[in-house]
Amino acid sequence: MVSTLLVTGDGALSYDAGSVTLPRTVAQEGAASKAADLQGSFSLADVSVAYGRDRVIEGVSMYVPPRSVTALIGPSGCGKSTLLRCLNRMNDELGNVHVGGTITLDGADIMGRAMDPVELRMRVGQVFQRPNPFPMTIWDNVAYGPRTQGIRKRSELDELVEESLKGAALWAEVKNNLKKHAFELSGGQQQRLCIARALATKPEVILMDEPASALDPISTQQIEDTIAQLKDSVTIVIVTHNMQQAARISDQTAFMLRESLDEPAHLVEMDETRKMFTNPDDARTESYITGRFG
Amino acid sequence: MTTPPTHSGRRLGRTTTRRAAEAVVRAIIYLCGWMAIIILAAIAVFLMWNSFRAVNEAGLFTMLSGTAWYPTSSPGKFGMLPLIVGSLFVTGVALAVCVPVGVAAAVFISEFSGRLVKEVMKSIIEFMAAVPSVVYGLIGVAVLIPFVKDAFSLTSGMTAVTGGIVLGIMSIPTVISISEDALHAVPEELRQGSAALGNTRWQTTFKVTLPAASSGIFAAVMLGLGRAIGETMAVLMLTGNAAVMPASVFESVRTMTGTIAAEMGEVVQGGLHYSVLFAVGLVLFTITFGINLVADLVLERQRKRWRR
Ligand SMILES: Nc1ncnc2c1ncn2[C@@H]1O[C@H](COP(=O)(O)OP(=O)(O)OP(=O)(O)O)[C@@H](O)[C@H]1O
Ligand SMILES: [Mg+2]
Repeated sequence: MVSTLLVTGDGALSYDAGSVTLPRTVAQEGAASKAADLQGSFSLADVSVAYGRDRVIEGVSMYVPPRSVTALIGPSGCGKSTLLRCLNRMNDELGNVHVGGTITLDGADIMGRAMDPVELRMRVGQVFQRPNPFPMTIWDNVAYGPRTQGIRKRSELDELVEESLKGAALWAEVKNNLKKHAFELSGGQQQRLCIARALATKPEVILMDEPASALDPISTQQIEDTIAQLKDSVTIVIVTHNMQQAARISDQTAFMLRESLDEPAHLVEMDETRKMFTNPDDARTESYITGRFG
Repeated sequence: MTTPPTHSGRRLGRTTTRRAAEAVVRAIIYLCGWMAIIILAAIAVFLMWNSFRAVNEAGLFTMLSGTAWYPTSSPGKFGMLPLIVGSLFVTGVALAVCVPVGVAAAVFISEFSGRLVKEVMKSIIEFMAAVPSVVYGLIGVAVLIPFVKDAFSLTSGMTAVTGGIVLGIMSIPTVISISEDALHAVPEELRQGSAALGNTRWQTTFKVTLPAASSGIFAAVMLGLGRAIGETMAVLMLTGNAAVMPASVFESVRTMTGTIAAEMGEVVQGGLHYSVLFAVGLVLFTITFGINLVADLVLERQRKRWRR
């Protein structure tokens, strides 16, 4: 039953499945060996998050390999969004959030003072659950990030806009209407516009928090196709509640669980998606994936 | 009560009463709604009725374009232009004061302050709005008139600038609270989207939040303007009230509102001067009505924009 969910991908990723238990060393080796050509790997060591007194996540260690899709799954409230926001420091925006442990992007600590969150976010883009285009034209939406980076030349911006819209598989639909107001697009188109907007700053990583949960099946399919296309050039970390989706699009899957409300959530298991969905090490993973709880 | 009523007659009876009650409530609400329109129309008709003699005898165009206001000479001259220009000068200065300060304060409250500061600021602003205009006038007389006289080396500190500054300060609460509403209405997701693209708070505010709230802020300015142009007491105390064409904002002016308030007590009821003052009121009414109408239309457009 479980194996029918699987759409076999190439899965050609040569990372050690044992990396979850030894994230630092593997991460450092991985980053060192791949830094030359491949960028956008995260490694997390003993990451914990608390909202005020409420400890939400504790002891999460994992390695996110570059140029691949990593799915975060787990029941509602287990801290998937919270963990995702650690990766581009969007938790900073909320206030009263304490993040502990170490997170490195391509070997560089992203939580220290040396890392400017504003700079980090140009390297780590985000796509939100509900499409949130800015109230301006399609062109202006996509050019928004590059303009922040200081690109002013019209021709250069035009090029970036086209490239990004193509990357988000939206170009064909809007190329004759770039001056159209973004709100006139459908929900699915708006979400792909938001992906294009994130691509325009040439990030190494894109974080997606349930990017298709507000969309119809056809739009969802288009988003998934887009993700499949993108993983050759960027690292994608995606939160999803849809097990089939995780199975279809991700290379590795991390399963998080908050056992009770009194204790923080932790990472139960992280492995190649194929293994997670056919033969997981932990019984709780299997129960969750087959829909017995959560 | 657990079993539903099976007796169809009883059920019908209850529905009928409820329907009747609903109809009554609806009628009352309709009436209240129409009341506002009726009152507004009544004011317009009343003003027109009373200014009929002025239009007839002094002539509408002569009044609107005349630059001499000598209502008590014989024959009286009723050129309203000095009054209209006086009102515009004072209002212009007021806008120059209340728009930058009000919008900046709204941005601070909405985008850059914590919950506690926000609540305190809002209470202070409400209090500011509740202070009677005559109190602002008193402070203006005591502080601002001597200050303006010295600062610009004028012979008198009672000028359009003096009145305008105080009027601007009085209009700040209106501008702040409506601008703040407009900024507050901008969805949080847009700010997050902008932050996630590597923008600072300031960049997000200038590039996304303010443009998204621009029509609401425009409406705030228009309503502040409406408040400023209709204000009487403070300007009467501060502008010197010379009904002559001012050459600059550093001269004494008399506004339309000030004229009506100052002269209405001395006119013969039903006389020409009396009627001309109503005509001044009509001009004022038309201007404020127009301003509020534009502000409403703009606000409505903004509301529609976010309803998606
Ligand atoms: N801004 C916040 N302030 C305080 N507590 C928060 C905040 N955001 C999330 N939490 C708490 O942190 C826990 C994890 O929330 P989070 O949104 O990360 O879960 P999630 O796994 O993304 O859930 P879902 O699948 O429903 O989106 C929850 O218990 C939630 O109540
Ligand atoms: Mg979530």
